[in-house]
Amino acid sequence: MGVSINWLKDYVDFNWTPEEVAHRLTMAGIAIEGVEKDNEDSILELDLTPNRGDCLGIINLAREIAALNGTNIRIPEIDINESSEKIQNHIAVQIVDPDLCPRYTARLVMNVKIKPSPDWMQTRLLSSGIRPINNVVDITNYVMLESNQPLHAFDYDLLSDAKRIIVRRAEAGEKLITLDDVERVLDPEMLLITDNGRPVALAGIMGGQNTEISEQTVNVLLESACFKGTNIRKTARKLALRSDSSMRFEKGADINGVIYAVNRAAALIHELGEGQIVADIADCYPEPLPLSQIILRPERVNHLLGISLGVDQIRDYIQKLKFDWQEVDGNLIVTVPSYRPDIEIEVDLIEEVARLHGYENIPAVLPYGDTTHGGLTKYQMFKDQIKEIMSGSFYEIINYSFVSPRYFDMLQLAAESKLHDVIRVANPLSEEQSVMRTLMLPGLLDTVSRNLARKNSSLAFFEMGSVFYPREEALPLEVLKLGAVVAGKLENNWLKQEIEMDFYYLKGIVENLLFKLGMVDLSWAAAEEPGYHPGRSAVIKCKGKTLGVIGEIHPLVRQNFDIKPRACAVELDMETLFELTQQRVMMEQITRYPAVERDLAIIVEEGTKAAQALEVIRKQGGDLLQNIVIFDIYAGEQVPLGCKSMAFKMTFQSDTRTLTEAEVNLSMDEIRNGLSTQIGAAFR
Amino acid sequence: MIDKLQEIKLMTEKRIAQVSDYDSLNEIKVKILGRKGEITGLLRGLKDLLGEERAEAGKVANDIKNTLENMIDAKTAELAAMELELKLKNEKIDVSLPGLPLAGGGKHPISRVTDEIKAIFIGLGFSVAEGPEIETDYYNFEALNVPRDHPARDMQDTFYITEEILLRTHTSPVQVRTMERLAPQIPVKIIIPGKVYRKDDDATHSPMFNQVEGLLIDEKITFANLKGTLMLFAQKVFGERVKVRYRPSFFPFTEPSAEMDISCVHCQGEGCRVCSHTGWLEILGAGMVNPRVLQYGGYDPEKVTGFAFGMGIERIAMLKYGINDLRLFFDNDKRFLKQF
Repeated sequence: MGVSINWLKDYVDFNWTPEEVAHRLTMAGIAIEGVEKDNEDSILELDLTPNRGDCLGIINLAREIAALNGTNIRIPEIDINESSEKIQNHIAVQIVDPDLCPRYTARLVMNVKIKPSPDWMQTRLLSSGIRPINNVVDITNYVMLESNQPLHAFDYDLLSDAKRIIVRRAEAGEKLITLDDVERVLDPEMLLITDNGRPVALAGIMGGQNTEISEQTVNVLLESACFKGTNIRKTARKLALRSDSSMRFEKGADINGVIYAVNRAAALIHELGEGQIVADIADCYPEPLPLSQIILRPERVNHLLGISLGVDQIRDYIQKLKFDWQEVDGNLIVTVPSYRPDIEIEVDLIEEVARLHGYENIPAVLPYGDTTHGGLTKYQMFKDQIKEIMSGSFYEIINYSFVSPRYFDMLQLAAESKLHDVIRVANPLSEEQSVMRTLMLPGLLDTVSRNLARKNSSLAFFEMGSVFYPREEALPLEVLKLGAVVAGKLENNWLKQEIEMDFYYLKGIVENLLFKLGMVDLSWAAAEEPGYHPGRSAVIKCKGKTLGVIGEIHPLVRQNFDIKPRACAVELDMETLFELTQQRVMMEQITRYPAVERDLAIIVEEGTKAAQALEVIRKQGGDLLQNIVIFDIYAGEQVPLGCKSMAFKMTFQSDTRTLTEAEVNLSMDEIRNGLSTQIGAAFR
Repeated sequence: MIDKLQEIKLMTEKRIAQVSDYDSLNEIKVKILGRKGEITGLLRGLKDLLGEERAEAGKVANDIKNTLENMIDAKTAELAAMELELKLKNEKIDVSLPGLPLAGGGKHPISRVTDEIKAIFIGLGFSVAEGPEIETDYYNFEALNVPRDHPARDMQDTFYITEEILLRTHTSPVQVRTMERLAPQIPVKIIIPGKVYRKDDDATHSPMFNQVEGLLIDEKITFANLKGTLMLFAQKVFGERVKVRYRPSFFPFTEPSAEMDISCVHCQGEGCRVCSHTGWLEILGAGMVNPRVLQYGGYDPEKVTGFAFGMGIERIAMLKYGINDLRLFFDNDKRFLKQF
């Protein structure tokens, strides 16, 4: 909201430049976003925090300045000439729902001349962004800007003959056409101002068209009331109808300010519209609220802020705010004015002291106390370790946790797949970001696709993040995943050593990672996982538990994501990894005895898996067999059709003696036997 | 005979000196020292000499033979060295050619900044706490003193799953969860990194972003301690010379509340476009834990006090690395990621 400096000067004296005012208010917690020159005037642009709605009233803003420069404010004096008629003879006011409307007051001004308001008033309204309409409406707005009390004016003669204002909850389906010419359908949580049963205003938000002030208006009924903020907020949100009035009630109105505001408006209507003010105020205030009193303990102020102010200094700050106080047993009993509903408990007063004292005058001191070890848990360290290892060969990426539901089709997820069970965002920004991801693949593939479109090549990315699954409990299951994707070749190079980042490339990195984590007994079993090439994907298991999935992306899926080169991805479950990782390392003695190496080439059926051969060799080779490397796989000439040749290099070694030819030969015989009987291997 | 020998010696010495390849050297060796060589031939004539003359001639012949042999050996070594030198010269490579390209990689700038912040606070004895990204309304708002229909809810536009379940709008729910777990133990000394979500998407807002927040609850924690801790943090992240200032602000979960500005990292406070010519950059919100929040967490606000602070990691990373567009963080372009 904009506030005119000249207008502000009606209520408080200060010698600061507009920029200085802005700076001082900002440093006292009333944020001024900017200062704009406007002819002879300057406009302060307010950026208020929700607790300081009071400063939407210029008088209250003036109070802040007065507290900062130690002066007093001037509140316009009101001179009311009442006629002999009594308002009670013209209107009755009743509150049916005081929980939503603790106070309702009204004043009647008769024989008003409706015309444009004077230029000075119009200029001021415009400086705060309000469009002038006519003198009566402008006055209600002017007084609202001045005092922060929203007012409403009814055309008295358009009320029914009964002239009975009743404040009550709406009935379900009840309707009202508001001033903006929209028919509002109401529900029983919304508060209405009614006249003999007929809705005439949506309480605290907007008046009804049926009683609108017009050029024909002669008699004006002014409403100045206090409505419950949370209810106004709820209604305004439901109807998507926010007004200058509702905005103020939401942030808390001053229940004692209603009288001043209604008098001020009546006096101005008399002055600018020649109206006659009917005697008395119709004031319905069923349960008057006492002003709240808060004990402020100087010891507590110092304890919380880390300073040492005397009670007199603290009292001075309270004094500057013009809050009433009494000193009792070294403490201050502070009476909080009703225009400051944000001050509810002692600590709120401590903040007042702190901001007037100046945050810059509080020292900066490191905390002291018992030493704490702090640090990371084992799992947190593990996560960091994995990120560290992964970032050796992949760039880390971060994708949104919400994705488009169409990804599931793009991944060719089977209709019955559990991954379809998603958490939906009820109010997403767009359909593209409407469901929580159940797998990492969409983000990984999207990233590859986007990079390819930008002609980036040689892509290797990883992401660590949560996926979300619905479950019985209130909160969904969040599972931390590690996902990685590769596509293309390692950078083109003059060495002509083109390495395609294919399944085995990715598998090598994953093997290396799992090895570093001390994981043994891994199994890589062919699998048909959604999104992956059915012949080129595997489930990775360790000790019977599934660690995750690795594979080449299905060509159709690639097509869906507009990925031309082959791409491979892996998704691992972080908690399972952590559970199975071998954190404790024990060194093994390095043997002094020489190793014996033997090569063995076998011919087996095409479909025989490496793992099968390795298992046989390992079993048959006995304890002396230390290591096996597959150094060649070949099919073609010299190998029978439907068969392939596999070549192994085996290392035998003992840590207690030098091996003899004879014992190594014995082991080799065992291995040959096993291979031939168990997987039908022939030897070259 | 001795004269003859001396003559051969001089001749041979000259020839060895001129030789530039093994073959010629070998030829000389055979011709002079070989079984049928000149010296060997001359020595055969020794038997025709007598007594002293024979002895002297024999000695001279041997000396000359040794000298020449040494010369040939030396020349052989010299030739070998020359040959190696030539070979190495021929093996010369272009060391300016690039090496074998390995797969590149690196951490995301958000992770780098998070790590840095974590390290600072772990150094001060803080632990790291984490919590769910999908939260209840209770932990995200109510227990943080943001009741329903309170205007403070406007401060954070929320993605809802149901009326009660939402995507957390800040990492603060973990404060309450941690307090509940630890109460009444003190101190509570944690930092909380994590993803948060707000229904906002424009040049300066991302619907998902990252926060770190800190919480310290103990018997005598003061606003001065908050300032001391944040000063240290600012200096570690932005350098010793950084200046800080605090403005009163409002957060429902802290009272008093403050926003911290640092002197602009680009213009050192002179005023530039980055800081909108104010010389200051807002980087975090902080305050003393609201007594109501302490109560929700199971602590007696008369017995303990605490401070809390929170910041957007993207904001810190942008200032630290000179990143000018928030969207780059989630765009995952390799050309961006490569730079960190």
